[in-house]
Amino acid sequence: MFRNLAPVLTVLAVLVVIWYGAAIVMNAPWAQDRAAKQGKTLGFSELVANTMSQERPRLPPPHQVGQELWKTTVEKKVTSKRSLVFHGWITLSATFWGFLLGTTLGLLMAVGIVYFRTLEMSLMPWAIVSQTIPIVALAPMIIVLLAALGIEERGVAKAIISAYLCYFPVLVGMVKGLRSPAAMQLDLLKTYSASGFEIFWKLRLPSSVPYLFTSLKVGIAAALVGTIVGELPTGAIRGLGARILIGDQFGNPIMIWSALFAAAILAGALVTIVGLLQKLALRKMGMAE
Amino acid sequence: MSWVLISLLFWAAAWALNIWLVRHRADRAMTRVLVPVIFGLSVLVLWEGLVKGLGVSPIILPAPSAVLARFLSSTETLWIDFVQTALKGAVSGYLIGAGAAFAAAIAIDRSPFLKRGLLPIGNFVAALPIVGTAPILVGWFGFDWQSKAAVVVVMVFFPILVNTVQGLSETDRMQRDLMHTYGATYMQNLVKLRLPAAMPFIFNGLKIATTLALIGAIVAEYFGSPTRGMGFRISTEVGRLGIDMVWAEITVAAIVGSTFYGLVALAEKWVTFWHPSQRG
Repeated sequence: MFRNLAPVLTVLAVLVVIWYGAAIVMNAPWAQDRAAKQGKTLGFSELVANTMSQERPRLPPPHQVGQELWKTTVEKKVTSKRSLVFHGWITLSATFWGFLLGTTLGLLMAVGIVYFRTLEMSLMPWAIVSQTIPIVALAPMIIVLLAALGIEERGVAKAIISAYLCYFPVLVGMVKGLRSPAAMQLDLLKTYSASGFEIFWKLRLPSSVPYLFTSLKVGIAAALVGTIVGELPTGAIRGLGARILIGDQFGNPIMIWSALFAAAILAGALVTIVGLLQKLALRKMGMAE
Repeated sequence: MSWVLISLLFWAAAWALNIWLVRHRADRAMTRVLVPVIFGLSVLVLWEGLVKGLGVSPIILPAPSAVLARFLSSTETLWIDFVQTALKGAVSGYLIGAGAAFAAAIAIDRSPFLKRGLLPIGNFVAALPIVGTAPILVGWFGFDWQSKAAVVVVMVFFPILVNTVQGLSETDRMQRDLMHTYGATYMQNLVKLRLPAAMPFIFNGLKIATTLALIGAIVAEYFGSPTRGMGFRISTEVGRLGIDMVWAEITVAAIVGSTFYGLVALAEKWVTFWHPSQRG
């Protein structure tokens, strides 16, 4: 784990340097334009100083994004409409419900597919097709449908969209996992005259756990993407996706960038948590590598 | 009410037919195609029957027949939207993004240090909601297809990069040693051993990226576009309650998405015919 630390940090440092360079290049025209209007010419150091502190830069430099993140998370009250913690929480809860819904759906479908051949042949091709349909095309429809059914709560629509993206990795992983016991193991349980349920509960399910966690890690990241996609085209006013939308409408790039980074941090945290759970569970089950 | 009953009966009959097919004709190649098609058809009939029988308003959920009628009567608009979003936005972005990712992967691969540094970051970025950059890129590149292609480039870059880099290190010691004894140069090594061995991974990335490309191109249109394109049409028609048109666009998106994926999968079959997953 720490073997990679030095290279990762180096690459990150290089990325930050590139980012600063790009910020100077992209923000310079605006600064020069304004100086020209005032009949001044900017020296290089003045120009750089200006590009680092514009109010509406084309590309905000890292420290501006960092400051905005700090301001909107630590310095604002979490109940405030301007707090990223508040918006992050909205997104997180929709992600959580979507993840729960998607995982349950994926698990049930996987069990059905492993046990019923008809279900496998009917459903599996459509499950694959469902992932090639761009969900964003469906997102506005889901909201219209739910509104017609009398469900105005935006969280439900977001959760459904995020479940749509998250069920597939769980389904594929679990089908593989439930089929992972070797023929010999299955035969052994037959000689014990185990019932179908016992085979499922004592052999198939435990041996699918490593597969389950691997797909859960993909699934939770997909669920977060789904929630944010669900917030973008639907005119949501709360949530990280909504912050991106509002930042775009008010021409405030720093707001967009800070919301993007908040989403990235959230994604990283979620994947890490699932990874830790994976380690714990596998160790308890004696399956740790 | 009879609509509901008939469609339910049809659905049950189709399911029974599928069970029979799987039990008694499982060994025929036709069954593999027939079963999902019958299932899909029965769902459509059920949808049609429920919408007609329960009198669901077309503003909420139009019947498949209404969507089909709308699809056939507005093929011209749909074609214009398809060209704008799928061909100009998604495909051009996909090609640029895949090319850039491939070139970057080859470059990174030469330095183990870079590889160890970039792989964790690339893996992380590939899991991020990159669609969120759409408004920024639309602001930079304008409303036309260039900005859509830019969003697609950013979205497909990392999954392809990560998979290609991983694929390039898939050769084993023995194979590399063999090439060494042949006195192979770096280029020969790359072209004759490591790229072919990486192909299954590269295609994995390319397949994931097909869906991302369409998502990116459509989402970017919500943030500003000329008065054509699938995302533009969907958002305006939802506002005008032209729900049948929205479903017609969804149908186009589904066909395009599946075809795009299918083409890449076909290319994979053709390139990696030697791989165990493609045999039998």
